[in-house]
This record gives sequence, C-alpha cells and structure tokens, in this order.
Amino acid sequence: MSNEIAVQHGVASHEVHEHHDGHHHHETFITKYVFSQDHKMIAKQFLITGIIWAIIGGLMSVLFRIQLGYPEATFPWLEDIFGHWAKDGKIQPEFFYALGTMHGTILVFFVLTAGLSGTFANLLIPYQIGARDMASPFMNMLSYWFFVLASIILLSSLFVQTGPASGGWTVYPPLSALGDASQGSKIGMDLWLVSLAMFVVSSLLGGLNYVSTILNMRTKGMTMTRMPLTIWALLFTAILGLLSFPVLFSGFILLLFDRHLGTSFYLSDIVLGGNILPNEGGSPILYQHLFWFLGHPEVYIIILPTMGLVSEVMSINARKPIFGYMAMIASMFAIALLAFLVWAHHMFVTGMNPFLGSVFVLLTLLIAVPSAIKVFNWLTTLWRGNIRFTPGMLFCVGFVSMFISGGLTGIFVGNSTLDIHLHDTYFVIAHFHIVMGVSAFMGMFAGVYHWFPKMYGRYMNNTLGYIHFWVTLICAYVIFWPMHYEGFAGMPRRYYDYSGWESFKHFVELNRVISFAAIVSFLVQLLFVFNFFYSIFKGRKVTTLNPWNANTLEWTTPINPGHGNWPGEIPEVHRWAYDYGKDGKDFIPQTEPVSKDESTH
Amino acid sequence: MTVERKKIHPYKFSLWLGLAGIIMMFAGLTSAYIVKRSQPGWESFTLPKIFIYSTLVILVSSVTVQVALKAFRERLMAKYRLFFAITAALGLLFISMQIIGFYQFHASGKRMIGLGSNPAYSFVLAIAGLHIVHILGGLVALSIVFFKAFGRKTRNYDVVPVELIATYWHFVDILWVYLFVFFSLLH
Repeated sequence: MSNEIAVQHGVASHEVHEHHDGHHHHETFITKYVFSQDHKMIAKQFLITGIIWAIIGGLMSVLFRIQLGYPEATFPWLEDIFGHWAKDGKIQPEFFYALGTMHGTILVFFVLTAGLSGTFANLLIPYQIGARDMASPFMNMLSYWFFVLASIILLSSLFVQTGPASGGWTVYPPLSALGDASQGSKIGMDLWLVSLAMFVVSSLLGGLNYVSTILNMRTKGMTMTRMPLTIWALLFTAILGLLSFPVLFSGFILLLFDRHLGTSFYLSDIVLGGNILPNEGGSPILYQHLFWFLGHPEVYIIILPTMGLVSEVMSINARKPIFGYMAMIASMFAIALLAFLVWAHHMFVTGMNPFLGSVFVLLTLLIAVPSAIKVFNWLTTLWRGNIRFTPGMLFCVGFVSMFISGGLTGIFVGNSTLDIHLHDTYFVIAHFHIVMGVSAFMGMFAGVYHWFPKMYGRYMNNTLGYIHFWVTLICAYVIFWPMHYEGFAGMPRRYYDYSGWESFKHFVELNRVISFAAIVSFLVQLLFVFNFFYSIFKGRKVTTLNPWNANTLEWTTPINPGHGNWPGEIPEVHRWAYDYGKDGKDFIPQTEPVSKDESTH
Repeated sequence: MTVERKKIHPYKFSLWLGLAGIIMMFAGLTSAYIVKRSQPGWESFTLPKIFIYSTLVILVSSVTVQVALKAFRERLMAKYRLFFAITAALGLLFISMQIIGFYQFHASGKRMIGLGSNPAYSFVLAIAGLHIVHILGGLVALSIVFFKAFGRKTRNYDVVPVELIATYWHFVDILWVYLFVFFSLLH
C-alpha cells in the first residue's frame, strides 16, 4: 500500500541517477556478484567477508583459551594442524602471542569496522535516505576490494615462516619496530602494517562515500531530522573514521621508517640481545599518541553503528516511537566529539603529567553523560511497549544489557588513579570486550536478523535465532564477569601461563570455566553461520513488501530490488521514521503525507 | 542533464572530505613534530635553498592549472591541453627539486635515514616525502584526464573531473606552502 503512495508522490528530483535503472538487465556474473557497483551487493560482500573473518578471529580466541584453560594438557591434534607452532601438542608462547594479536586486529578492524560499517552503511544508507545508489558506486566497489586486498595480505602473514605480528593489536614500538626483537616483529609485522594501510584506504574510500551520500543524495522531503537514527549513527561513524584513520596512517608511516630506513622516531637508548643500538632521540610514547588518536575514536566507530541499528530495530519491535529522537542525535554528536578528546586515557601509566591525566579523566567521564542518555532512551522506548520478541529485538535488549554492564566498568578504568591498579589486567579485557566487543556483536546480529529479509528475500530461522541469542548472552557473561574479578586481583593480561604464579594459580579453575564458555559461545556462533547460509537458499520466503510493518523507505522497494532500488520514481518523504502507535494507527510509513487532523509529534 | 545545480556535486563534496582526511594526516605528523621538538636530542636545521625554488615552481603550477580550467570552461581545448601539460611538467619538476633537496640536505651532514640520523631530519623526509606521494597521486589523475581529452570517439565537455583536479592541485600546493613555512619557522 505504501508503494502506490510512493509512486504517486515521488518527485523526480534525482534524474541524474535515473540511468542506473536499466543496468541490471544486462549484468554478467562478474559485474553482478564480483566487481559489483550495487550498494546492496557490496553490503552482502562486506557481510560475508566479515563473517569469514569473524570465524577465523573467533577460532583464534578458542585456541588461546585452550592454552589458558588447560595449561598443563597436551593436544596432539594441535600439532597435526599447526606443526611447530604447537609442538608436542602445546601451543607455543610465540604462537600464543600471535593468536592474541591477530584476534584483536581481526575483530577490531576486519569484523567490527569493515564487516559492520561496510555492511550496514552500504545496505541502509541508499535504502533509507531514498537514493538509487551511493554518490560514487565505483569508489564503493574500490572500498570493498581494498578491504579484500588488506584481508589477503593479513591472511598471508599467517603462513610465513616466522609467523604473523605478535606484539599485541596495538603494535607498540620498540617491540614492533625492531625485527630482531621477536619472531613476530619480522616479516609478519611488515605484512600487518601494509595490510592495515590498505585497510585505511578502504575505510576512507567507504567513509567519503557514506558522508557524501547522506548529505547530498537524500530524496525529496528527507530532511536531516527525518532521517532514521541508523543513518545518523552511520554519518557520525564515517566522519570519525575520516578524521582519525589518517592519523593512524601517519603513525604507521613513521613506524615503517623506523623499521626499514634506520630512523629513530620511536627508538632511543635500546639494548637488544646484549648489543647497544645506535638509535637516539626517539620516543615510543609518540607512537602511542598517534595510535590512540585513532584507537579511541575507533571504539566509537565500532559501537555507534550498532547504536543506530539497535535504536531502529527496537523502535520497530516495541511498536513505539524511539524515545528522545533529538536527544539520541545530540548524544551521538557528543560521543563523536568527545571521542577525539580522550585518547590519552589509554596512556595514564606512561609517565604522563598527573595534571594532564586529570583533564583526560574529566573528559573521559563526561562520555558517561551521553551514554547514559542513550541507555535511558532505550529503556524508555521499551517501557510499556507492545514488544515483539523477534531474534533481532532480543539482540537489541541484549545489546542494552551488555552496554550497561560494560559502560559501568568504563567509569572504573577511566579514572587515572584506579587505572594504576587496573591497567593491563583482565579487568580492562572484560570492560572492553563487553562494552565494545559483545555489545557491537549483539547490535550487528540484531541488524542481520532484522534486515536479512531485505538482503535475501527470505527469513532466517527463528528457533535457531533464539538459541543463538540465549547461549551467546549467557556465555558472554560467564566469560567476562569472572574476568573483572581476576582483574581486581591484579591478574595481568597477555600472560601465557598463570599456573606458575603464586598470586594467580588459584585462578586456574576459573580460567577453565571461562575457556569452556568461550568454546561453547564459539560453537553457537557457528550455528548462526549455518542459519545465515542455509536461509539464503532455503529460508522461508518473504511474501509481503513490509514484513516488520516498519516505516522506513527500504520496505517500499520490491522484495528483491534490482540495481536502482525503486522500479519507478523514488518515493517522497513526509514525516520522520518513528510514527508507531500514533493516533490509533499501528504504524505510518514515512511516505504517507501528514493528514490535516493528525496530532503533531 | 542535471536538474539541480545549486547543490554541490557529490564528487566534489567527496573530494573536500578526502582533503579533510589528508589534513588530519599531516596534522598528526606536524603535531608529532612539535611534540618531538620540545624533547631533548632535537637538532635545529635550515632547509637547502632549492626548497624555496621548488615552492615557487609549485605556486606557478597552481596558476597554470587554473588557466587550464578556465580554458576548458571556454572550450579552448588546445589551450587547455597545453596548460594541463605545463602543470604536469611543473609537478614533475617540483618532485625532482624536492628529491635533489633531500640529497643536498643529507649531504650537508644532516642525516635523515640510517646510522646517526636525527628525528628532526627524518621528519623532513617523512613529511615532505609523503607530500610528494600526494603530488604523484595528483599527477596520475591529471594524466588520466589529460589523455582522455585526446580520445577521438567521444567529445567530453564534462568540467567536473577538471575541476576536481584543479581543486586537488591547489590543495597540495597550499599544503606544501604550509609545510615549508612550518619547517622554516619551527626548525
């Protein structure tokens, strides 16, 4: 029904892009599935590549959790697979560090940045603002293929003789700058840097497109304040990426100089293997500044898109308007702004001036304000809602739960005094895994379950979805709650074996519980992967245009839209995206004109 | 072909966003430089004279690219090609002068890489070197558009690519002037 209205009222303000319309009639396999310039296909490419990376990265965490949970045991099958990396069936220390490093790199960058933003920005921006495609479909395609290039390079580093980078996902110098310092600082480190450089290019090409599309290509009537919160979130995410990734890039360039041209940007007064190195005048702290100037915005690059997805899916399934739409935008803006002003809270114990530290504490704790506003708004959106517990909705609720638990511990670690004790312990691991890892995954799953019908014209299996949700939620808490406790006790992160330490050896059994939960949660993610791929081909078919009774524009397109999204004219927008349960109507699509006797919102 | 000309072209908008990214990269590097300068072990320097001349060259190239753009708009294709070619040549000249400058700098005992190098000099190479990469990027784009102008099959009067290149070229020009002043004042 909304479709007729759409065609009726659509005004052709976008003739420029009309020529995309006919393309899908004469596409070859290569242009349709491989070098596609269609935003929908690129979104699917990003999603599936991200899923593959998530399996690899998740499997790595299972491997190092095996070591942490069973430090005494030997597993001969590990040696069969990994050879000298798991000599005598035991994961070797070098391999352990490489696994941790790669797990972090893969999950932070390749899954939760490219896999998340790449998927949902590409899928939702043109759909929800009413555009036929991105501002530059070609650049969009390049963005994906640079991501593939980065992926291939990183993957290849797993197969070199000396192994991949192993100095932690932050690759701090001097360890990362000196090839002789460790196995992982040799060619694996170079491949890591080149891969991440390609990744930055991919992110920038994508981000340019996202911002440019949102600001320039909205359909008639789609004012900024009528945009769904997903689009606002993706806009802030893209801006953050544009401004912070180049700084990371410059840090990498200086690191490459130090590695290969004998410069001393980050190196000074180093004795390596008994030899005094000639490097003088450098400072490793400089790298940390450059890294965390990206690194901190990066965590918001990860979490902001999921905040948008959750807001949207939650409002639809609570059959209520999102509570505090403008407050949501303002708090996202505040988060995006503060993101650039708090990077030094990762460096409290680097010998920073305590006064400077206190400024960063203040700015860091300020982030609690917009975060709390958002949590409040989600809870009040749920409050007395007419809730439909779809798998997507469950993951939204799970997201809020995780975000609260993880956000609260942020107040602990954001305090420079407490940080002296908590720094580099399992408390930090627990904090950021809950607030940005698990939360972001929850938001991403909500998005996948919710928009799967739009992507593939079929539904995912609900029962498997419910199992996936509950096991994931329980396992996430079983994994990360005990880690807070271990962190309070001072248990440092990144250690290979805690059983030899008098202070920590009583945690061996707790570690085993965590490892067990980690393995179970990995297996249940495979269930999701099965559900995903099975449903692409065999899932229940979508038979209505608007299966969730949602207001936004993507549900006015055909069930399997061609390149160009709308067969006719692009619909015109008359209202915001959240008119649910208004004036006795369950929902009013954005394309429906405001009638005279309608109450104002 | 277009209806709304009041809006900025999406490609141009993307270019400006990209320039913001580049600004952030150089802001990161120059602020690292400023931080480093206040720490012990910093050595002061003056840049070789040739960098003044290369600055003049890049400034002139900005004028020529503007002339080319104006010629393109007036559909004076021969003039457009001539000035585009001059711009490219000046770009190449600029790069060569920069590289000669690096060698002179290095030869004067201010080692930028390898044993006995000082971060102060290394920064000059890293920052100015990265700038050269951006000039090269501009040259590649310029060549692509330039050779398209010789295509016999289609006559292309789309001004957007030329405008994009001109904007980018002015940007890398101003960027170098900033870096030059920066190095000269904060040595």
